[in-house]
Amino acid sequence: MSTELDAIPGIIPTRRDDAIGALEKMVSKGLGWARKYSLFQYPFVTACCGMEYMTLAAARYDLDRFGAALPRFSPRQADLLMVVGTVNCKQAPILRRVWETISEPKWVVAFGVCASSGGFYDNYATVQGIDRIIPVDVYVPGCPPRPEQVLDGIMMLQAKIQGQHHQFTEGKPLPVLGQAPRQR
Amino acid sequence: MSTEVKEALKQPVAPRSSELDAPLQSKRMLVNLGPSHPAMHGTARAVVELEGENIASCKLDIGFLHRGFEKSCENVTWTQCFPYTDRLNYVSSIMNNVGFALAVEKLCKLEVPERAQYLRTITSEIHRICDHLTLVGALGLELGAMTVFLYAIEGRDLLWDRLTELCGARLTSNYARIGGVSRDAPEGWLEKTSATLDRVVLLRDEIDALLTRNRIFVDRTRKVGTVSRADALDLGFTGPCLRASGEPYDLRKAAPYLVYDRLDFDIPVGSNGDTFDRYLMRIEEMKQSDKMIRQCFRDMAPGELVVRDFRYVLPPKPEVYGTIEGVMAHFKLIMEGIQVPAGEAYGYTEAANGELGFYLVSDGSGRPYKLGLRAPGWPMLAALPVILQGALLSDLVPVFDSINMIGGEVEQ
Amino acid sequence: MSKVVIDALVERFKDPVQGDGVTGAYEGAGGDDCAFVKRERLVEVCRFLRDDAEMQFNMAPYITAVDYLGQEPRFEVVYNLLSTTRNWRIRLRVKVAEQDAVLPSVCGIWRGANWFERYCFDMYGIHFTDHPDHRRLYMYDEFVGHPLRKDYPLRGRQPLVTELEVPAEPFRGPGPAERGE
Ligand code: SF4
Repeated sequence: MSTELDAIPGIIPTRRDDAIGALEKMVSKGLGWARKYSLFQYPFVTACCGMEYMTLAAARYDLDRFGAALPRFSPRQADLLMVVGTVNCKQAPILRRVWETISEPKWVVAFGVCASSGGFYDNYATVQGIDRIIPVDVYVPGCPPRPEQVLDGIMMLQAKIQGQHHQFTEGKPLPVLGQAPRQR
Repeated sequence: MSTEVKEALKQPVAPRSSELDAPLQSKRMLVNLGPSHPAMHGTARAVVELEGENIASCKLDIGFLHRGFEKSCENVTWTQCFPYTDRLNYVSSIMNNVGFALAVEKLCKLEVPERAQYLRTITSEIHRICDHLTLVGALGLELGAMTVFLYAIEGRDLLWDRLTELCGARLTSNYARIGGVSRDAPEGWLEKTSATLDRVVLLRDEIDALLTRNRIFVDRTRKVGTVSRADALDLGFTGPCLRASGEPYDLRKAAPYLVYDRLDFDIPVGSNGDTFDRYLMRIEEMKQSDKMIRQCFRDMAPGELVVRDFRYVLPPKPEVYGTIEGVMAHFKLIMEGIQVPAGEAYGYTEAANGELGFYLVSDGSGRPYKLGLRAPGWPMLAALPVILQGALLSDLVPVFDSINMIGGEVEQ
Repeated sequence: MSKVVIDALVERFKDPVQGDGVTGAYEGAGGDDCAFVKRERLVEVCRFLRDDAEMQFNMAPYITAVDYLGQEPRFEVVYNLLSTTRNWRIRLRVKVAEQDAVLPSVCGIWRGANWFERYCFDMYGIHFTDHPDHRRLYMYDEFVGHPLRKDYPLRGRQPLVTELEVPAEPFRGPGPAERGE
């Protein structure tokens, strides 16, 4: 509803919507900060990249420093799905299932070229990149990527999470198992 | 509700004389493990039928990492197969490279220069240590000994640092070539590697001290997953698992390749064939590998890295740019690939887990006609249901670890 | 060194009526001796090799198949056998036609042959009679065809889930060269 007040230049915006907007922004920022430093990861380890993942989780590269320390082996307790290694057609339904079981908010990292694009396995068995099955947030190339590269990817993901809009409650309907995944 | 049920419900139930007399549920329970289960290394699925806590029967379902290795290799040139072989047993990729190169050389009847043979042996043995360290670390981790895992990974990382200097990659080395190796050791590498090996020895001894006399570890691995000698042979076991059962068969002694006939080393042999023996075998083999590498360092002399036969090996760059033969050879090798003589051969080497075989069929063109892979862990994984018959469910994890199933090679 | 074995085999399985059981012995590359075996006599030959006190081939390390498309018979199953006591290796090759790609299983002789035969079935469509667990090994049951046959296309994917649209151009992170700061 517009009044003649709107037409006056230089007036301080004190409308309720704006105030709520600012509050929401603050909450979103705070939540983003909290979420980016407490990534609980679900390592979906299948192949060779898993060896680098082991190194990454062990003492030398220590993923703990980025707040992404605890691998949870239950998708219910995780919010970062790390797809480490090749995913083939037989594995694809399982990956989709795992992704669906993770509750929102969730993020996906494709670790290695196999997960990103199928790598050099362009044949009858391999899925050409997991983004054909689930949406991906960060792709880390390399075969296998060096641990530094993965750390860089995690940091990029953190920046992305900070920039996203967060709410206490998501107004979306709960996902149904087996339904087509929503695009984000 | 049917009338019978209604009738039955009307009847008063006769009370049991005592609650304690209630019959126990004797139904068998089905448990599905994997494929996305941390203990199954991500790529195998086991359906276990439980009788109480004992495994009545078990069925394995694999193929969750089947990446079409053989089909891919049939569609690239012989040289381009090397990166694919890297990713078979990704913990010890150089052994796969060397195994494949040796099989092709068997078909081409090539004799590899001495220095290349030494380098192949050294890198293979380093990777054998890496493989065994990973196995021991993972075994420790899954039985709750996190420290062992951290030590093992640190030891492996130290070795990988040295291999990075040699071949440029941490894991997927792509080091061997048909007719030799891709590059020489950089200056001072041998001394540096000796120093690294000294540190790895310390870590290994520490792991040994942490596990071998650890009560919990011994209790959980002793007399668990026992395989008798006759069974092991019948089931097609090779490598450390076969030797743990008491059969002293090692291809490095039985059919020596590279320079193994010149080295002085022992073959450790177990007696019980249980998980603990398989673990001990790994520790002992690491000691032997260490000994072998140091002997190689001592005996190695400077020399050629590849055979000087331009039908198989790329000519050096000055010749490519300077001479017409060089250009021709280079062009042919790049465009058509190596013309391996028509025929078939089965090349076998002793990889970290056992016999790594390549069955090659060539039709004389630049590409393999058939490249069959005999993965070391294959028969052992197939034997898992036999080993686990009657064992406890919790024994599945150490047994599964100790046969060292690597998805990349078993599922190709 | 395993020439003795092959000679003994050829000698023993001579059969003037129905044709010899073991023929075409030759020395393969690298010293392992090979021979062709008739499908009908395969189990007999294998049992002899395992049980004979002279031979003691107590292990079958590798069994695989090859598809010689355009030749007749089309398939060949290759048995690599090993005697750990004598340190002998031999290779038996059995030819089977496409229309009648059925072989007797040797699982009863070496239990380790189980998965190798399943592999041959999965990848090449060669059937084995009397196999204890005749299923696919690597591929899923919904998969049609046998991928390692030469006439199966390299990229013949048969996805189990519907695939999503792939983002045409993903956002690229700053590379090492452009990173400001
Ligand atoms: S990206 Fe390379 S190292 Fe990683 S899983 Fe794929 S092939 Fe293996």
